[in-house]
Amino acid sequence: MSAIDSIKRSAVLLALGLAAGPAFAQTIAITGGNVALGDGSEPIQGGTVIIRDGRIVAAGRDLAVPAGAQQVDAAGRWVTPGIVAGFSRVGLVEVDAVNATNDTSAGNSPFSAAIDVAPAINPRAAGVAVSRTGGVTRAVVAPETARSIFAGQGAIIDLGADMEPITRARAFQYVELGEAGADEAGGSRASAHVLFRNALREARDLGRTTGISGGGTASREPRASDQRDLPLEEVPEGRLLAAGAQRSEDVLLTRFDAVALVPVLQGRQRLLVHAERASDILQVLALKREFPNLRLVLVGATEGWTVAERIRAAAVPVIANALNDLPSSFEQLAATQSNVARMRSAGVDVSLGLINNEESRQIRLSTQYAGNLVALQKVPGAAGVAWGEALRMITSGPAEALGLGAELGSLKAGRRADVVIWDGDPLENGSAPVMVMIDGVQQPLQNHQTKLRDRYRNVSEGALPKAYER
Amino acid sequence: MVSNKGLLLPLLAALAACATTSTESKAPESASNGPARSKPATYSRDPFPSTYKVYPGVVTAITGATIFDGEGGRIENGTIVLADGVIRAVGGADTPIPDGATRIDGTGKWVTPGIIDVHSHLGDYPSPSVEAHQDGNEVTGPVRPEVWAEHSVWPQDPGFTRALTNGGVTSLQILPGSANLFGGRSVTLKNVPGRTMQQMKFPGAPYGLKMACGENPKRVYGGRNQMPASRMANVAVMRQTWARAQEYRRRWDKYEKDGGEMPARDLAMDTLRGVLDGDILVHNHCYRADEMANIIDMSKEFGYKVSTFHHAVEAYKVADLLKQNGICSALWADWWGFKMEAYDGINENIPFVHNAGACTIVHSDDPNGIQRLNQEAAKALAFGRKVGIQIPDEVAWTWLAINPARAIGVADKTGSLKPGKMADVVLWNGHPFSVYTRPAEVWIDGALMYDSADPSRRPVTDFELGQPGEGDVK
Repeated sequence: MSAIDSIKRSAVLLALGLAAGPAFAQTIAITGGNVALGDGSEPIQGGTVIIRDGRIVAAGRDLAVPAGAQQVDAAGRWVTPGIVAGFSRVGLVEVDAVNATNDTSAGNSPFSAAIDVAPAINPRAAGVAVSRTGGVTRAVVAPETARSIFAGQGAIIDLGADMEPITRARAFQYVELGEAGADEAGGSRASAHVLFRNALREARDLGRTTGISGGGTASREPRASDQRDLPLEEVPEGRLLAAGAQRSEDVLLTRFDAVALVPVLQGRQRLLVHAERASDILQVLALKREFPNLRLVLVGATEGWTVAERIRAAAVPVIANALNDLPSSFEQLAATQSNVARMRSAGVDVSLGLINNEESRQIRLSTQYAGNLVALQKVPGAAGVAWGEALRMITSGPAEALGLGAELGSLKAGRRADVVIWDGDPLENGSAPVMVMIDGVQQPLQNHQTKLRDRYRNVSEGALPKAYER
Repeated sequence: MVSNKGLLLPLLAALAACATTSTESKAPESASNGPARSKPATYSRDPFPSTYKVYPGVVTAITGATIFDGEGGRIENGTIVLADGVIRAVGGADTPIPDGATRIDGTGKWVTPGIIDVHSHLGDYPSPSVEAHQDGNEVTGPVRPEVWAEHSVWPQDPGFTRALTNGGVTSLQILPGSANLFGGRSVTLKNVPGRTMQQMKFPGAPYGLKMACGENPKRVYGGRNQMPASRMANVAVMRQTWARAQEYRRRWDKYEKDGGEMPARDLAMDTLRGVLDGDILVHNHCYRADEMANIIDMSKEFGYKVSTFHHAVEAYKVADLLKQNGICSALWADWWGFKMEAYDGINENIPFVHNAGACTIVHSDDPNGIQRLNQEAAKALAFGRKVGIQIPDEVAWTWLAINPARAIGVADKTGSLKPGKMADVVLWNGHPFSVYTRPAEVWIDGALMYDSADPSRRPVTDFELGQPGEGDVK
């Protein structure tokens, strides 16, 4: 057991000087580490990160440690921003196949676009703790579609060990416009597109009757950005839900669903669209001509490399799987692990997410996936990315794609102090955090798995059964 | 080295049995009505024989590489010589190189045996994963040992080529799925493209039998108000089936010894008889520790041996039991939580099982995971080291080489870089436990089947011809 004890000791050593609880009025300096900022730049050897009141003050080389700062020695270790999962369902699931614990979709709900994942997030889900132990500090959490092309509204969460997980509720609406969308729409992509347009029309009509909608097909000029950037909470849709508000009889959406799409139409809420096939991607990009205020983010885009120039020209960010290379469906025939780097070299803003079956538990694999993109640099004919760029794709990249780049995802001044100290190159197989900080607060790294590990490190039983050993 | 003493004996028996079946099967199919004293006519043990042929290769010498031999050995600045489809020599820089050999400078590179995946569904659940391709589970009854995975294999599955070029996988066992208690026979393939399954079939490899305990069978059949609907019924149905198999075996043993009227043929029972005879190896999908213990007792009750527990997410809780019984565990590095019986998965499962002295294997069960088995091993190794289990890199490579070879009964042919063995070899462009490393070249039986620098040595399946991205680096 001595090795575990020594790990515990080193964790304690790292924790020295870091008070438990909120880090307000506290200055922390992490010194001597290999510091990677998460902005695409390469790591800085012997760098310093200075944190005050839960925010990054500065990070870089040759920084003076402020007087009175509590110092954390990171010599021989790597320091990065916390990993941001660009697409996930973490916090919505305890055990995927146990329905009672799986809140990703609602096949029997009358609602679709109105669904908001925020109240379903459980910060104590085992997947949250395991992901945190793997260095993930924030995640984009999307609902899953069930009976409509609209899945509902996703959130940005933190993975802290507290009961306040929501960084930004209703950060985006999520819609399926590929094979899955066709299925939800009754059987064809054509139907999915009609349903999409109809839904936005119903939202527009609803907005018009109450005079708050400025969006819709008529507007040619992009709206001024003032209202678009308002936090959603400050633009109440209450009037649209008022008892007296009239709607046509000729509607498909519930009032709640139609109301939920008003901010999408107006460009106040991002629209994340899942599309993999090249032609589907182009159809998504074309929506902007019809609905100029849409703030689109493409999710998936496995065939994106074949139309990368068009995606760049549309200035639509992409959140992609890193390593799809199988024609696992007819919408992914052109799949290659070079997709991400090829889109990137074409100028597309690409980040990584987990758009697969691992999104509820295994977002900690983001680092491994990013590392594999670096590996491709050495494969003849393949396209890979530089190390710093790979880290960007799992830190500031997704934060920026979701409009939170000024808040989190990098070690630049002013960002939330989500900081991870790793025992090695964070993208390398088997590297692990020795310290995780969220908003400047040091996080516990124990979880169900680490407890099982410690119990069974020696499999033989003592005088009493294993149940007495902990 | 891990001890596999308990496992080796039945495997050798199995190999001996299989080696004789393809051409000189125990008796001809057509009942030649010879003299009364000749052996009674019986059935072929190998009605779908391998037509695999070794592809042309040249005498090749890789020099200056770090070599992991797959049995735990390591050679710095090593030389390996491949000739006539086999490994001719392995050693240090002074290893003689035949005149005219193609020389490859392996400086800064690593050489390992090709990776063997004991748990794949490639071909049975191929890409594209459309309904018409769902051929891995015969979900019409929980006892289906009569189905053979090889009859579902679609050789044009692009997944095979990804496993070769990105994963360095040279042999793989294709298993039926886990919906059934008895899922059917497995088939072991060499990872070469073929027009037919038989062209890929590993010559002389024994068959396996896929079994499953736990959630899957009881969910599938319980959902139809049919037995088994519980774990206790899982065991009851399995035991009843083994009892039938024993009876079938007695009848056929007697007939094949004494003659008389040929007993009725039952393809399901043929498979189970093969297991009881030690010719067919049992590969048992099982997650929970307590269930593995039940399966072990059941195998003793009916006189067969479990070769390998697959997935075995809780193997670390009974690693001592697995060692005592000489059973391998085929494991993921870090999968967990996708269903209840996977809830207790830990990152240290592989190193803990290895550390207990039990046979440990890294497996994929996944068309993506099979492309990164070296990385999965690397993660497991690193997590073990963090809690003080110091396993050298070259020993950890046994999880990908000799251990899986033993589990599927081909350890005398491949799975390590020993002279005379099949030249199934990967040259990696860096340390193969690094995330930044990929296969540079892959040989199967000494034939260069992948060369990262040569697009003409990159297989493209029929399915991908004329499609966007045809021939691309995947």
